[in-house]
Amino acid sequence: MKGRISRSLWLGAALTLAFVGAALLSFVWTPHDFAAMDIPNKLQPPSAVHWFGTDHFGRDIFSMVMVGARTSIAVALVAVGIGMALGVPLGLAAAARSGGLLDEVIMRANDLVFAFPALLIAILITAVFGASAVNAIIAIGIFNIPVFARLTRGGALSLWKREYILAARVSGKGAARISFEHILPNIANLLIVQGTIQFSLGILAEAGLSYVGLGAQPPTPSWGRMLADAQTLIGLAPHIAIFPGLAIVFTVLGLNLMGDGLRDLLDPRLRRART
Amino acid sequence: MRRVRQKMISAAAALLLAAGAAQAQRTDITVGMQLEPPHLDPTSAAAGAIDQVTYANIFEGLTRFASDGSIVPGLAESWEISGDGLVYTFRLREGVKFHDGTTMDAEDVKFSLDRARGEDSQNAQKALFSAIAEVNVIDPLTVEIRLSQPNGNLLFNLAWGDAVIVAPESIADIKTNPVGTGPFRFSNWVQGDRIEIVKNPDYWGTPAKLDRATFKFISDPTAAFAAVMAEDVDVFTGFPAPENLGQFEADARFQVLVGSTEGETILSTNNKMPPLDDVRVRKAIAHAIDRQAIIDGAMFGYGTPIGTHFAPHNPAYVDLTSLSQYDPELSRKLLAEAGYPDGFTTTLKLPPPSYARRGGEIIAAQLAAVGIKVEISNLEWAQWLEQVFRGKDYGLTIVSHTEPFDIGIYARPDYYFQYDNPAFQGLMEELNATTEPTKRAAILGAAQAIIARDYVNGYLFQLAALTVANAKVVGLWANAPTQATDLTAVYWED
Amino acid sequence: MLRYTLKRLLSLAISLAVASVVIFVAIEVVPGDPASYMLGINARPDTVAALREELGLNMSPPERYIAWVGGLLQGDFGTSYTYRTPVAEMISERLWVSLPLALFALALSTLVAFPAGIIAATRRGSKWDLGIMGVTQLGIAVPNFWFAMLMVLVFAINLRWFSAGGFPGWDEGLFAGLKALLLPAVSLALPQASILARVMRSALLDTLDEDFIRTARAKGLTRRQVLRRHALRNALIPVLTIIGLQFSFLLAGAIIIENVFFLPGLGRLVFQSISARDLIVVESVVMLLVFAVVVVNFAVDLAYAAIDPRLRKRR
Repeated sequence: MKGRISRSLWLGAALTLAFVGAALLSFVWTPHDFAAMDIPNKLQPPSAVHWFGTDHFGRDIFSMVMVGARTSIAVALVAVGIGMALGVPLGLAAAARSGGLLDEVIMRANDLVFAFPALLIAILITAVFGASAVNAIIAIGIFNIPVFARLTRGGALSLWKREYILAARVSGKGAARISFEHILPNIANLLIVQGTIQFSLGILAEAGLSYVGLGAQPPTPSWGRMLADAQTLIGLAPHIAIFPGLAIVFTVLGLNLMGDGLRDLLDPRLRRART
Repeated sequence: MRRVRQKMISAAAALLLAAGAAQAQRTDITVGMQLEPPHLDPTSAAAGAIDQVTYANIFEGLTRFASDGSIVPGLAESWEISGDGLVYTFRLREGVKFHDGTTMDAEDVKFSLDRARGEDSQNAQKALFSAIAEVNVIDPLTVEIRLSQPNGNLLFNLAWGDAVIVAPESIADIKTNPVGTGPFRFSNWVQGDRIEIVKNPDYWGTPAKLDRATFKFISDPTAAFAAVMAEDVDVFTGFPAPENLGQFEADARFQVLVGSTEGETILSTNNKMPPLDDVRVRKAIAHAIDRQAIIDGAMFGYGTPIGTHFAPHNPAYVDLTSLSQYDPELSRKLLAEAGYPDGFTTTLKLPPPSYARRGGEIIAAQLAAVGIKVEISNLEWAQWLEQVFRGKDYGLTIVSHTEPFDIGIYARPDYYFQYDNPAFQGLMEELNATTEPTKRAAILGAAQAIIARDYVNGYLFQLAALTVANAKVVGLWANAPTQATDLTAVYWED
Repeated sequence: MLRYTLKRLLSLAISLAVASVVIFVAIEVVPGDPASYMLGINARPDTVAALREELGLNMSPPERYIAWVGGLLQGDFGTSYTYRTPVAEMISERLWVSLPLALFALALSTLVAFPAGIIAATRRGSKWDLGIMGVTQLGIAVPNFWFAMLMVLVFAINLRWFSAGGFPGWDEGLFAGLKALLLPAVSLALPQASILARVMRSALLDTLDEDFIRTARAKGLTRRQVLRRHALRNALIPVLTIIGLQFSFLLAGAIIIENVFFLPGLGRLVFQSISARDLIVVESVVMLLVFAVVVVNFAVDLAYAAIDPRLRKRR
């Protein structure tokens, strides 16, 4: 049975594209300068001029949300990249040496990383190196490594027993070559689906980190910090807390729907169980 | 034994309360504050929260701050100063007892001051005592302090929370069970939540009107707002969210007290780091800053503009704000003169308080308008102390200098501004040796002008003391001449 | 089984030893000095030095590591630099907030997720199923701290049904305590319940397809009987695993929610201790959390191995 493009995939892809589009568009156009302050016009409710209203410095929230999308997407994307770039080779190596010392060490190290409270470690990292988008990326990326390593190892282990792999071994190919030439392409689907999910988790994590003040530094807008700034003003001007929050919700929702849809499309066996 | 007595007292108090219940005048109060003290020894930490709980309530010094910032007698009822200004003789009050029942006498004063200035002292303001050469007990109620050089500030210095009188008998446990001479005694501490104090029935002076008080720690501004609104706390001192004060002012249940603090909020500048070592560049920064926009944007209108590092409520204050009027045109011109027609890039490192974080964003935008790019990094206090204060690795930073009367820091070339001006240092020496008030005021005026004309730092505003309280609470301090919540005279109006 | 247990025990010990070194080194390199933090900007260098001496900060790092681990092994967590009280005491005090909060959130999420997951699975494809799946999809996407802010806005600031934060202490009575924990628990439970409901649904669907269920149906049991006697029990294994994971997450992961609601919990303690550079507290709490997770994993592994002997060989 071949997978088909489900409604959730359409919806997810549309939402995701909308935010990626907004992020890209913000490089060339925003309705207002996102950094321009207009303190006498602070905390204005949404209007024809300021579609999402203005914040406590009179900045245009719509423009800030657009530019904030850039920050969120960049941080989450690079963090997924780190997770894949380090996690996948580790997982492949562990599977190739299944049962050996290397496998044991890699998997134990994985468990250990999982055992650490992620947020506390992120806070510690920023305490050591200072708060910045780069350090947020590192903090989120570290916890992506074991996710991909474990997934890769699991997928690769089942493949190593296949006959065509055995054939390749007999023909004298080394374990590394087999891993990259035969195994990796066959688990790419798994990795793409997981990548989408980690991407959405990364957006949530970035929002959480910048909410506690550990993400991108001002004046670079970030959704989490916009929410933190809004916290004491929520009674006076609820709109400044609502729009950045909705942006997070819809982005994450879009990515999750897309992830589910992709899984159905790429791996029909799983569809029944996981929709 | 002590516990039994305390129980009896509280039982008696409960009976009295029940008897007077018809009038139902409240005799307890809950005071919200943002930070929890790390411990309760004001003589061995800088945390203002310790003084907020203990100053004038639990601990007292020889002299003390009154609510208007003036120095009045505390445990010393009077003093004499020798003609050369080198010997101070203090006459102590009679019948003063510590909360554990021991008597407060000259030995305790000597113990406290020697402990504060001793070699292994952990006093955060040890410099206050540096002029003291020796402390001598003349008789149980008379203490003599001999100075190595005249010091016009001694009585002022002794009023600080760091100079309170403690007893050798109770010093070991002072951090968790503070024993002082004040109108309240320590009762209970639920860490992370609250500290309770109760009235000291054996107080030497006018007894407190309240029977008990609870300090509740609510660091989050939103939670603070909600706690006052819900009347979970009766008073909130140092209210952290000026943006919400309008809502309290509009509500008849509450009163909002807006006073002055000793906090000069300044854009501290690294005077040794190029291009900030050029006075024209610093002047350009000063003219690029719109103080009113910062006060409106960061403090929602609360705060008094300052033009130098001195508190506006001090009689010796000189208004020098005209030296640094908002004038971006002039600012750009000055930058061009200094050789930076296109501006330059520097760092702006911001500690946690919202005046710094919000003010910093606004200043960054204002400086960008004249071509100066600043890279903001938000730091925790520990990082700020390490990088900025000790490491001097910064271009600009924003801090409120809350110590009272601290213009003397500009005479310290190793201080983090790295401002080194022998003329100013000479003025400060002269000031220290002068006790005559009008002469002191003249020297202070000259000193204020020097640092304003050298544009050492960007002088922004005097931090306002913001207190929200139930409308029926009477006797609170509006100003904050030191970090204190003096509850001695506080009571509930019917 | 004994050999397997011993092997796993050894790797547990190694993991913990590695963790203790990692934690210690990571926290030691954090710039900032607790003594200068406490004494503030007017402190003189000799004063700071005196305080450092008293706090034992002048010992070399290896000496301090040995002192710390030696203490841990004897159940002594050390003394906080700032509060000067035993760390163990502080932790146990904070656990009285964090533990009930985690349990409360877990109870809420389980109470919602079980019925939701069961309904969705048994009426697969129906409007109910679609609705529940839609809501849970949204629940996963909502950042819990934002949800918390909105609840504060509605229930504390506008309706004034709850106080916006703080914890009165269990002395004030069970009701007052639970009331203070309700909003935080709900905000923590929302994403957890969404995840759990989805896991419940897919686990049930998996088991409902298994042969033994068909057999049971063929034997004449009703759908409801099959569900209760067979399917639910088998679906519980993955669900319980997730619940276990969520619990350890809730214990440490409530840190942001504890900040929003100003609860004196474990997460807040670590947060404050990091900013005050009260390193000994940070080290001990993080070690405790890691210890808890590692031991739970160990127990789960053993339980699985006891059930399924094949696993002993593989991992």
